[in-house]
Amino acid sequence: MKRYHRLAFALALAVVLCGAGAAVAQEADAPPRQRWSFWGPFGLYDQAQLQRGFKIYQEVCANCHSLNLLSFRNLADPGGPNFTEAQAASIAATFQVQDGPNDQGKMFKRPGKISDLFPPPFANEQAARAALGGKLPPDMSTLAKARSYEWGFPWFILDAFTMYQEAGPDYIHAILTGYTDAPAGFAIPPGGQYNKYFPGHAIGMPKPLSDGQVEYTDGTPTTVDQYARDVSAFLMWAAEPTLDARKRLGFQVIVFLIVFTGLLYFTKKRVWHAVLHEPELEKPRAPTGYQV
Amino acid sequence: MMSGESIYQPQSAFMKWLERRLPIASLVHSSFIAYPTPRNLNYWWTFGGILTFMLGVQIVTGIVLSMHYVPHVDFAFNSVEGIMRDVNYGWLLRYIHATGASFFFVAVYMHIARGMYYGSYKEPREVLWILGVILFLLMIITGFMGYVLPWGQMSFWAATVITNLFSAIPLVGSPIVTWLWGGFAVGGPTLNRFYSLHYLLPFVIVGVVGLHIWALHMVGQNNPTGVEPKSDKDIVAFTPYATVKDAFFVGVFCIVFALFVFYIPNYLLSPDNFIPANPEQTPTHIVPEWYYLPFYAILRGIPNKLLGVTALATSIIVLAFMPWLDTSRVRSASYRPLYRQFLFIFFATVIGLGYLGSQEPTGGYVIAARILTVYYFAFFFVILPLLGLFEKTRPLPNSISESVLQHGVPAGAPAPGVHA
Repeated sequence: MKRYHRLAFALALAVVLCGAGAAVAQEADAPPRQRWSFWGPFGLYDQAQLQRGFKIYQEVCANCHSLNLLSFRNLADPGGPNFTEAQAASIAATFQVQDGPNDQGKMFKRPGKISDLFPPPFANEQAARAALGGKLPPDMSTLAKARSYEWGFPWFILDAFTMYQEAGPDYIHAILTGYTDAPAGFAIPPGGQYNKYFPGHAIGMPKPLSDGQVEYTDGTPTTVDQYARDVSAFLMWAAEPTLDARKRLGFQVIVFLIVFTGLLYFTKKRVWHAVLHEPELEKPRAPTGYQV
Repeated sequence: MMSGESIYQPQSAFMKWLERRLPIASLVHSSFIAYPTPRNLNYWWTFGGILTFMLGVQIVTGIVLSMHYVPHVDFAFNSVEGIMRDVNYGWLLRYIHATGASFFFVAVYMHIARGMYYGSYKEPREVLWILGVILFLLMIITGFMGYVLPWGQMSFWAATVITNLFSAIPLVGSPIVTWLWGGFAVGGPTLNRFYSLHYLLPFVIVGVVGLHIWALHMVGQNNPTGVEPKSDKDIVAFTPYATVKDAFFVGVFCIVFALFVFYIPNYLLSPDNFIPANPEQTPTHIVPEWYYLPFYAILRGIPNKLLGVTALATSIIVLAFMPWLDTSRVRSASYRPLYRQFLFIFFATVIGLGYLGSQEPTGGYVIAARILTVYYFAFFFVILPLLGLFEKTRPLPNSISESVLQHGVPAGAPAPGVHA
């Protein structure tokens, strides 16, 4: 019997490997994995980092990228950048928002309120393309969840056990720090830039960040790497604003389930004890009305 | 046969009054309390209960989600994001529902694998098995339509690819596809009808589950020996024995489920589906959800479209014919050494196909998929019929209780002699 087991196992393994084998070589460099405060089951957002990331979004990204699904009030939400409501309101007031129609039937601009959505930098897709040489910058609301990287077999299985959910911010960080000189012989299409981590390497976005470009008031180094890290964290929050609440509730639920299931296990053992361990005591079992 | 006679005795005056008018209490009693189950069922038998539980979870979360979802091409994506952001605990409902679909399929694959291993499809359980295959088909359709609703890139393109399969049907293919779409491309009418059907089909599933359980209670459960219960010694009452065992394993299942919902909810979701649907931009790589991948690999491995679609349909429907394709008179793989080997290779084949379905259909991957597809069908159409004729099976125990006692009293317990 043992022999059969081993044979079956070997064959099963061979079949699986037959599928997994011949793994194709990966063309672009894999984005290096970064350390994120929101890593793992207990990792939460670092609010100072989200505030810095927001600053970069506001001063750099927002010139071209919209953030359509977020409102200014979200900046004051628990588990977010943790601005006060007054701060969020004053940030809102720095934006001009289209409103209307008014009593005369005219659309008008007014300073943003805390309940407003982030206004887009361009009125519509065509306006964006016209201003940016035909390119359309993606909306950033879900960007950190809409970008990823294939690690291939078997790493994606490992990702479930290490609870790796940060492929998006890793990718964004890699793109922002991946502007290098093109290798000799690489033809960059007009209007494009070379990026080490971008699929196909020819990215439409010009290098957005350079050292010292955005001022930090808390002594954090003003390097491209740090900017990229902060804005990636901010975008992760923008895409997944309930992460903190989810992980906090998750811990309680898991603890409850483990205790509850443990109790069920002992109940089960108790109920089945007579059946398994005292087979001569056939009668005391529940009557079933079973007939041969 | 095994549907125990009702031994329910109403106690109170009201229950006596009700029993003469609507014997619902005795129905519940005979179905879920006194119902006899084999004493040797292992934990693989708990997936039926888990599936019922998951169906309930999906329906409850789905009904609440539908209160906030907007089935319109312009608003669907944002309404789902609105649920995630602005509805109280909307993120929880949505992650439970999306992850729940995956776990529903985990449970159904375990359930099917158990049926195949222990020969649960064999006489007299053919109708029970066929109802199960119908449920599996309904789940596939419901899950697919649900995946379209968030109207992300993968939703849209999966809908386009899958509905286009019908165009392979000769003559009427193209009109059928137009009819399915409600237009000349996947669009608003498609989304609306998928939403309507995604709400309807779960209740059809509930109905067929009712039939499935009814059929189960007519013929009784199979068990790891595949030998029918012969006496009172072979069985235990459903309550408390099966209920407490099921409840415990539902708990174990929920722990794993909760780990996914709370810690890696995006693990099973495609990043492309966080990009709103765009009919003008095809994603670089269209893949269905993981639970369809083996069938997708079969489809893509075959160069001819009509043959590919036929193979895809056959690969699922062939399950319904297992009771007649398998010619062996022994049910359980525990007593069928060769069947056991071939079955494990079959399981590995399905996993291998699943992996290949997730990869680009090029070069070695296509060849590997074709080899595995050949084994997939050979298992049903060649191995199953022939094995029954040539396989030398191991001797069956005379009864369930004998098999339990043969191995000594189960591990950890004193030998019977010590007791006596």
